[in-house]
Amino acid sequence: MKGSIYKVLGVLLVVYSLIYGLLTKVPDMPIIEESIRNLFYHVSMWFAMVAMMAASFWNAIRFLGTEDLAKDRRSISLAEMGMFFSFMGLFTGMIWAKFTWGAWWTNDPKLNGTAITILIYLAYFVLRNSMDDARKKARISAVYNIFAFVMMIVFIGILPRMTDSLHPGNGGNPGFNSYDLDNGLRIVFYPAVIGWILVGTWIASLRYRLKALQE
Amino acid sequence: MKKFLPLLAMCLPLMGWAQNDNPMYSNGKIYVVVAVIAVIFVGLALYLVQLDRKITKLENEK
Repeated sequence: MKGSIYKVLGVLLVVYSLIYGLLTKVPDMPIIEESIRNLFYHVSMWFAMVAMMAASFWNAIRFLGTEDLAKDRRSISLAEMGMFFSFMGLFTGMIWAKFTWGAWWTNDPKLNGTAITILIYLAYFVLRNSMDDARKKARISAVYNIFAFVMMIVFIGILPRMTDSLHPGNGGNPGFNSYDLDNGLRIVFYPAVIGWILVGTWIASLRYRLKALQE
Repeated sequence: MKKFLPLLAMCLPLMGWAQNDNPMYSNGKIYVVVAVIAVIFVGLALYLVQLDRKITKLENEK
């Protein structure tokens, strides 16, 4: 039961963000208007994805240090969950983009960076499935995971900030901080991020335990 | 589920935050949508709980 506290907390935080995200008062911004509420849903997908990939990366490093296959199972399960969040973030972002920027896809550096990141991680899954020997598979995919994580940071964390971007907080566009004066967005956004990270960890742990059972 | 109900009930008085000047909120029907979304997510969470229990059972058998 003790190990389940984070699951309950995660669900409660997500439920809170679903409810308050729709009911709380939001700043009145031109063009995005009520769609600013997508901050609580769309953006939290990306935060959860980065957290999942970071945990996957950490477990890959730990695998290389310990040669413990349980770490490898954790690493792949977390990467799978991160992939799910990135697809959810991408699709929700496309809907949002259509109604604020006028197109499903733009050549925004963050969108292209995300597309490249998804391809890099898809290659990770293909690479894993191409090998039969469990140890060899775990070792090579752990090394690739480290590469993939660093690439993700470059493509979605660094490059979009160096060029012009339609996203807030990049290339001279203001981030949410500048008009977030009443903290009304923050008190929903941060719990949403933490909630999704906890729920994602929970689902990843289910996959991890299932993998352990299958072996 | 019963454990969470008081928590949700505690949130009710705070719902007066919703904007009243906006047509999306002025007629109060937004609460219906909020309730539906919350029910769907809670349903998914309960499904996860069940899955978690099944896996625990399998682990204990092994």
